[in-house]
Amino acid sequence: MTPVQQVAVEGFFDPTIPALLGTRCVECATVFFPAEETSCRNPHCTSTALEAMTLSTRGTVWSYTDAQYQPPPPYVAADPYVPFALAAVELEKEGIVVLGQLAHGIGVDQLSVGMEVELVTEVLYSDEEAEHLVWKWRPVNNNG
Amino acid sequence: MANDKRVAVLGVGMHPWGKWGRNFVEYGVAAAQAALADAGVPWEDIDYVAGADTIRNGYPGFIAGATFAQALGWTGAQVSSSYAACASGAAALSNARAQILAGFSDVALVVGADTTPKGFFKPVGGERRDDPDWLRFHLLGATNPTYFALYARRRMAIYGATEEDFAQVKVKNARHGLENPNARYRKEVTVEEVLASPVVSDPLRLLEICATSDGGAALVICSMEYAKKHGVSSPVTVNGVATVTPTFPNTVIEMPNFATDSSVSVPQEGRSFRASIAHAAYEQAGIGPEDVSLAEVYDLSSALELDWYEDIGLCGEGKAEQLLRDGDTTIGGRVPVNPSGGLACFGEAIPAQAIAQVCEATWQLRGQATGRQVEGATVAVTANQGLFGHGSSVVLAR
Repeated sequence: MTPVQQVAVEGFFDPTIPALLGTRCVECATVFFPAEETSCRNPHCTSTALEAMTLSTRGTVWSYTDAQYQPPPPYVAADPYVPFALAAVELEKEGIVVLGQLAHGIGVDQLSVGMEVELVTEVLYSDEEAEHLVWKWRPVNNNG
Repeated sequence: MANDKRVAVLGVGMHPWGKWGRNFVEYGVAAAQAALADAGVPWEDIDYVAGADTIRNGYPGFIAGATFAQALGWTGAQVSSSYAACASGAAALSNARAQILAGFSDVALVVGADTTPKGFFKPVGGERRDDPDWLRFHLLGATNPTYFALYARRRMAIYGATEEDFAQVKVKNARHGLENPNARYRKEVTVEEVLASPVVSDPLRLLEICATSDGGAALVICSMEYAKKHGVSSPVTVNGVATVTPTFPNTVIEMPNFATDSSVSVPQEGRSFRASIAHAAYEQAGIGPEDVSLAEVYDLSSALELDWYEDIGLCGEGKAEQLLRDGDTTIGGRVPVNPSGGLACFGEAIPAQAIAQVCEATWQLRGQATGRQVEGATVAVTANQGLFGHGSSVVLAR
């Protein structure tokens, strides 16, 4: 039987595309991720009209690292703990840098600043209720 | 007088940093009593108490000003409490200074203390899905060291920093702090030992990431007239205090966020947030980085100290490694950084840390920093940065 899958926290990404969910100011076009819904945070803009949008699914690595020690809760770690890599990824069109874990099995030795990566959906953790999904980054394989 | 917006630092005091496992109030009171004794001012004369809050020690921590005032004995003094993450201590100092400069206070006590749990800092308990601090741990497992490591790796990629450079910062600071009686770690380390310690978040190793500590620090500050009446003719003075916010768009990823501001409609121009903090303090003081004798900066990681060299104007962008390698930032060099030993020797006691930086600057400017004195020091700058767009910088002179 296929387990139920659901996003780990509502409102951050659509796992079916997959893409990050943000908002864009209708007046000045500033992009917000996570989605800003109250008012534009550009201090020169007074708009309160923000529209839903999905962010670019490809970007370049601004920097990267990993977590060799198990993070404390509310991180839900596998037992035994499996270290993971983390990258800050620059999305050129949106002028924004977004953090994400790297896809399972990708370590820091496979990463470099400036490398192109793409968004993927993976299971963050599983419990009796469901498989909880999150966005991750994965290097774009240019070698086919 | 070049700057009439000065206040005098009459007394400084600390409770040694460590992992003592006692109530934070005890550390704050000990630091306050030491600062009062150093100032030669009786507690009853303090007319304003500015506390720096700790969020981990229950309600008394959230109202630190009143907690310390009660512990020292209620006197009817005016009181305030400040929370500004790592900059809490400087926010408290800024409050007290403003009261003095406005003429509402003559002599004030600034105090902060913390008791910390073991291991990584983690968010406040409970399931809080609207709290970015909770979310970054839950969705990403992004601890504080992972952010420090992102900056470190970026330095390596952009400026050619090496793991040896980062280790060398730790080696320097460990040596600086050897004889500091308030430091928690007083042991020399070698580059080889640092590089042999386990990786926490690549490229940073265990010996390069600041610990969490218990500690307390306090200042007695007063108006220039009060200092004169008190018989102190050339006190150390606070000439600038900055607690500025970032400027939109802030394009550097910062704790606890998992994205930066977007620069799509407003381009990022001018100084980064970290650089703007010290710049604002210099502007207030009418003093520039070229005048600085020593700096106390927030070495949350060894690599982050190098970012600060540039952000407080000690050198140009990408030149920090050379400054370090030339020995300029070592005691005996052109502009020693973290002569106290820094967070490398102290670990972080959040609400006390920005105050502790001012304590060290004061001892240095008085020529009382035994075993770690920067000779002929006349100007000191402190800088720090913490969660949620908080940072601070203080410029002191004598």
